[in-house]
Amino acid sequence: MTIDRKELDAAGRVRHETPPGPRTEVPAVDRVGVEHGASGSRVHLEDVKAYYGTKRVLHGITLSLEPGVVTGIIGPSGCGKSTMVRCINRMHEEVPGGRCEGRILLDEIDLNGPEVDVVGVRRAVGMVFQKPNPFPTMSILGNVLAGLRFVGVPRERRIERAEAALTDAGLWDEVKDRLSDPGVSLSGGQQQRLCIARALAVEPDVLLMDEPCSALDPAATMRIEELITQLKRRVTIALVTHNMQQAARIADVTAFMLAGELIEVGSTDRMFTDPQDERTEQYVTGRFG
Amino acid sequence: MRLRQMAVDPLGARVPNLRRRRIVNAAWIGSAWAGASIAVGLLLVVVAGVVARGIGSINPTFLTTPTDPFGSGGGISNAIVGTAILVALASAMAVPVGILTALYTSEFASRRLASGLRYVLDVLNGVPTIITGIFVFGLLVVGRSQSGWAGAAGLAIVMVPLIARSGQEVLALVPSGLREASLALGASRWRTVLRVVIPTSIGGLVTGALLAVARAAGETAPLLFTCSIFPNLVQTDPSRVLPNIPITIFQFSESPDPVKHAQAWAAALVLIAFVLAVSMVARLLSARTRRRLQELR
Repeated sequence: MTIDRKELDAAGRVRHETPPGPRTEVPAVDRVGVEHGASGSRVHLEDVKAYYGTKRVLHGITLSLEPGVVTGIIGPSGCGKSTMVRCINRMHEEVPGGRCEGRILLDEIDLNGPEVDVVGVRRAVGMVFQKPNPFPTMSILGNVLAGLRFVGVPRERRIERAEAALTDAGLWDEVKDRLSDPGVSLSGGQQQRLCIARALAVEPDVLLMDEPCSALDPAATMRIEELITQLKRRVTIALVTHNMQQAARIADVTAFMLAGELIEVGSTDRMFTDPQDERTEQYVTGRFG
Repeated sequence: MRLRQMAVDPLGARVPNLRRRRIVNAAWIGSAWAGASIAVGLLLVVVAGVVARGIGSINPTFLTTPTDPFGSGGGISNAIVGTAILVALASAMAVPVGILTALYTSEFASRRLASGLRYVLDVLNGVPTIITGIFVFGLLVVGRSQSGWAGAAGLAIVMVPLIARSGQEVLALVPSGLREASLALGASRWRTVLRVVIPTSIGGLVTGALLAVARAAGETAPLLFTCSIFPNLVQTDPSRVLPNIPITIFQFSESPDPVKHAQAWAAALVLIAFVLAVSMVARLLSARTRRRLQELR
């Protein structure tokens, strides 16, 4: 988990003298679920505004993702959940006209700093998408190796890293005898775990999961949820979900977004039982969205 | 079309003008069917006509001996060899340019630039090939002489827009989720293209190239000014004028000798057989790629 960080530092990234503390306008994150010795990095978004062309879709989000914690991000469709997490590994730049303002810090590194290369950002901040998207021309093993090849891990170390990643994704026992089968020959849930393994193989500090279960059946969803709970000690996790039960089950901290604004963030228990904002209450009780 | 249904429809009373609707519907389907039949029928007539008139002159000697300008014993081996070389050279020029153009427009260019490029390629595709021939004549033949290079350049100009446009269509079928997956792993754009986009779409890219080959093999006008005054012997040096099938067909059919007329049909049969074979391979490949890409959507 240190390789990428070293690369980032070696590349002469901007460092800030004082890591910013929690902002006052947003309730401080309740530090529930933080495990001692959790690795992973802290991500801090400060007044992040995102635009597609001239249309502003995020209106100044300030939020921290803490290590050892699963941060659930809920809100109705189109509220900017996906855009927000995409800003964290700068995938928003892949949408024509997409840009963002404000600061996003990975520990002390400004991810939008002038010296920061987008490739380094994406190696430090991995992403899992809504629809499982294994590379169709590659085998199961090839899919996991793909990222390692991109990163430039020496050939002889790749296989062990791939096995470790598949094990971490809870897939190793199911695929160890068919590693050379096409990645797309797996079931939907297995494909999604393969994508998680592929993202874990490059040892990111942060894993962004954009509705990772919405294309899966309940059993496969449960496996992924168990996996997320296990992985949070190693990597900081942001989980975008439109499924409030899912957020209630596995998120330690929940953030509620509406129309490009962060309405409220707090421990999941409190968010679902004692929301401070009326709109949060209406949403979590199913009165809109 | 379904007469039995027409007789009694228990819900017919709810639909006004039911009878008229059915007649109009049947008329439209019928005219669409007729249009499609005419297209298929034309192909059959052309192929059947060429086969009927050409098959008699096809024999091993015809395929393996060069043209005999005076007697009637010769064949078209010189033209077959020349066309093969011309098409190979043209492909060597056009395939890289066409595929790179397709990759640039669909993977790197901005949306506006891409749509401009598509338009330019459509216009290039619409340029009459006789104009292409004159252009290459002015560029490569005037002041020098006709040559295989010039002919191949003319054919390549015909091929580029075909390869680029079909390439764009195929690349558009590659799900954007795959590109995102690769980019999110920290792969650069070109690496994503090389490792993910091209392998996923390779079958379709090859299909486009094959269809362009089939088209170029039969193009006559680009060769008329650039590669048409050739000797009756097998020629492999592209700096000289390469004999080729389309011009040979033209010359044979202008000849007063009825044997040459028959040989013109036979040469046409060779050409059409090649085009059909290549198109069939292209079609098989494209069906496979499309099925795979569709499954990924």
